[in-house]
Amino acid sequence: MSLTTSNTPQGAAATKDNSSIIGRGNKEGNQLFRDWYQELTTAPSRGEHSAYVFVMGSLAEILQSFGIHTIFPEVNGLQTAVRHVADDYIAQGEDYGYSTDVCAYVKADVGLQLRGGDHPMGKIPKPSLAVYTNACNTYLKWAEIWERMYNMPSVTIDVPGSRADGRHTWSGHVDFENDLKYVRGQLDELITVCETVTGKKFDIDKLRETMHYTNVMMERYERLIELNKARPAPYSAVTDGTVYLGVANSLRGRAEGAKYFTDLVEEMEYKVANGLGTTFEEKYRLIFVGVPCYPIFRRFNEMFTEWGGAFVGSSYMWFASGGANTGFQFDLARPLDSLAEGLLVTTRDAMDTMFFSNRNIVDAIEPFGIDGVVYHPIKSCRTVSTGLADNRRAVIEETGAATLFVESDHMDKRVVSEAQLKNRVDAFFEGLATRRVRQGAGESK
Amino acid sequence: MAYAGGVDVGSTQTKAVIINEDLQIVGRALVDTGSNVVVAAQTAFDIALRDGNIHEEEEGVDFIVGTGYGRYKVTFGDAQTTEISCHGRGAVHMFPGTRTVVDMGGQDTKAIKVTPTGEILDFVMNDKCAAGTGRFLGAAASALGVPLGELGLAALRSTRPTKISTTCTVFADAEILSLIGKGKKVEDVLLGVHHSVVSRALSLMRRVGIDQEVTFTGGVANNVGMVAVLNQELGFECNVSSDSHYMGALGAALFAMDHIVASRETHRLEEVK
Repeated sequence: MSLTTSNTPQGAAATKDNSSIIGRGNKEGNQLFRDWYQELTTAPSRGEHSAYVFVMGSLAEILQSFGIHTIFPEVNGLQTAVRHVADDYIAQGEDYGYSTDVCAYVKADVGLQLRGGDHPMGKIPKPSLAVYTNACNTYLKWAEIWERMYNMPSVTIDVPGSRADGRHTWSGHVDFENDLKYVRGQLDELITVCETVTGKKFDIDKLRETMHYTNVMMERYERLIELNKARPAPYSAVTDGTVYLGVANSLRGRAEGAKYFTDLVEEMEYKVANGLGTTFEEKYRLIFVGVPCYPIFRRFNEMFTEWGGAFVGSSYMWFASGGANTGFQFDLARPLDSLAEGLLVTTRDAMDTMFFSNRNIVDAIEPFGIDGVVYHPIKSCRTVSTGLADNRRAVIEETGAATLFVESDHMDKRVVSEAQLKNRVDAFFEGLATRRVRQGAGESK
Repeated sequence: MAYAGGVDVGSTQTKAVIINEDLQIVGRALVDTGSNVVVAAQTAFDIALRDGNIHEEEEGVDFIVGTGYGRYKVTFGDAQTTEISCHGRGAVHMFPGTRTVVDMGGQDTKAIKVTPTGEILDFVMNDKCAAGTGRFLGAAASALGVPLGELGLAALRSTRPTKISTTCTVFADAEILSLIGKGKKVEDVLLGVHHSVVSRALSLMRRVGIDQEVTFTGGVANNVGMVAVLNQELGFECNVSSDSHYMGALGAALFAMDHIVASRETHRLEEVK
């Protein structure tokens, strides 16, 4: 996934000793990602099954325990955008009948299915089943397309979200216990479907094994996010973060994924200990809110780095990580109950990160030393984007943080206007610069 | 006497302003941007020099800031600043009580919140759509055969503005001609167009917060109909300068003068050492 960004770090000079550590995360992440796509490409020839799943609640632990590959249509979609071929796939989806208003991920996927799975990263197998949560309303309609195309089962795991902003319940509370029972029952239904599809009996020890690897990954991932509090930040939460997300989703529940994040944390701890940042001088520390602008992925990031703007946090690394950002740890002594609890807590967190993200952002501003918050609503996704204007207002009222609001799309370059984006980004930094001068002169925000 | 220049290369027109050390405009120019942005910038600047009776070989302009979408095409410029910062700076210079700026240009409408010294606190703009910008007024003028310069006066002859449901510039012809086809008067449709455009601008202004004083800048501020409708909707009078069209270029020139003053100060301190 050629999204590699950080090679030569800013800060202390790289020495021979650290040359094998620095940049390892991006290099190995890209290789693991390519290998994963190759594994998917050859899966049908080995008679192996694949499930189409999504980043917010992939249920990889159960699926992996049956030897079912997890395929992420969202990731397939963004790969076409990064590789500048998304418009061909989207056009095919629109020719098939989907409106320009439909999520471009969906249309690119329809194009992909219509061309028999031909994709820049390999050949995407047809699904034996689809598994998804209600974290995104489009997931449900999207899976219905595959049901019609392939006559395969799809399993919806309906996960109750927060009753209201900040009103979470936890284990022991009557609402939580009821929610837990509801989710747990649906996992049993999923297991039955997996047994039918594969002809294999459910093996709880295999489930324990996959959950163990996810535990390691989630613990390390949470630490990874924490490490970007350092100055300079050791990685970009948008560009490097997207590489990490690729691995977090594709290799969830697998030994390679657990090892990758263990090594990655080692690399970032090394960088922090030695005062190493990314490839440019960090002047402003930013949080990115939304989904990246993949059609001009590098250029979008450059518009910020040219001014010394570093993305040290990103809501994308929160809600698209399958809950890894929470660091949730499964109790392997009671795997299914704990898996249900983890799914409930982390999917709820992912939904909160989209719908009530002002809380996460406000909480991150002081510990991460944030100078500005960049909102990137996208035309494709009203689920993520609706409410961001209110969110922005709430964050400004509570913290006085400088904010930038730029709209484009994560896939469809027809609605990406680079000149307009740059104009707004430049004005944002001009404002940050004057704000800093004022603060330096002792004036209040 | 030192001079500073600002060149605002907009989507429709290019403006140039030259100011003296007293921060007064001594030369100004306005040309159509056309297809060659570099030439438009140079032409506007040359005209502004002539307008100010400034002879480059004798006096010269010491620092030039480019602004607008084509700011990086001001090849003879020394620095670039966005028109958002420039309109804020220019508006506060002209009207020191300004706290909110609404700038309406050919394809952008911006609402800008500023500090008493002209720094940008917040801004919002229309996104990827020329609805509610000067371009829509231009499309209406073209569809109705009314010269752009007479649009505002023509609209103000109306007493019953037609409600315009869409401000899509692409479909402006069809929308407007269908209203005329239904028997609506030209002036009523025109006033409806003005209300519609103001409504979009107000929506942007509310997002940053409408604090008085409000200063209206950009080419559209020359339209008396727009000013009247905006005042009516705001419930108070906004500031409008006869140089509102040049506000971005003026702001750029003021930033350029900052550079000259700072450079002079640095030089002075070095000499003291």
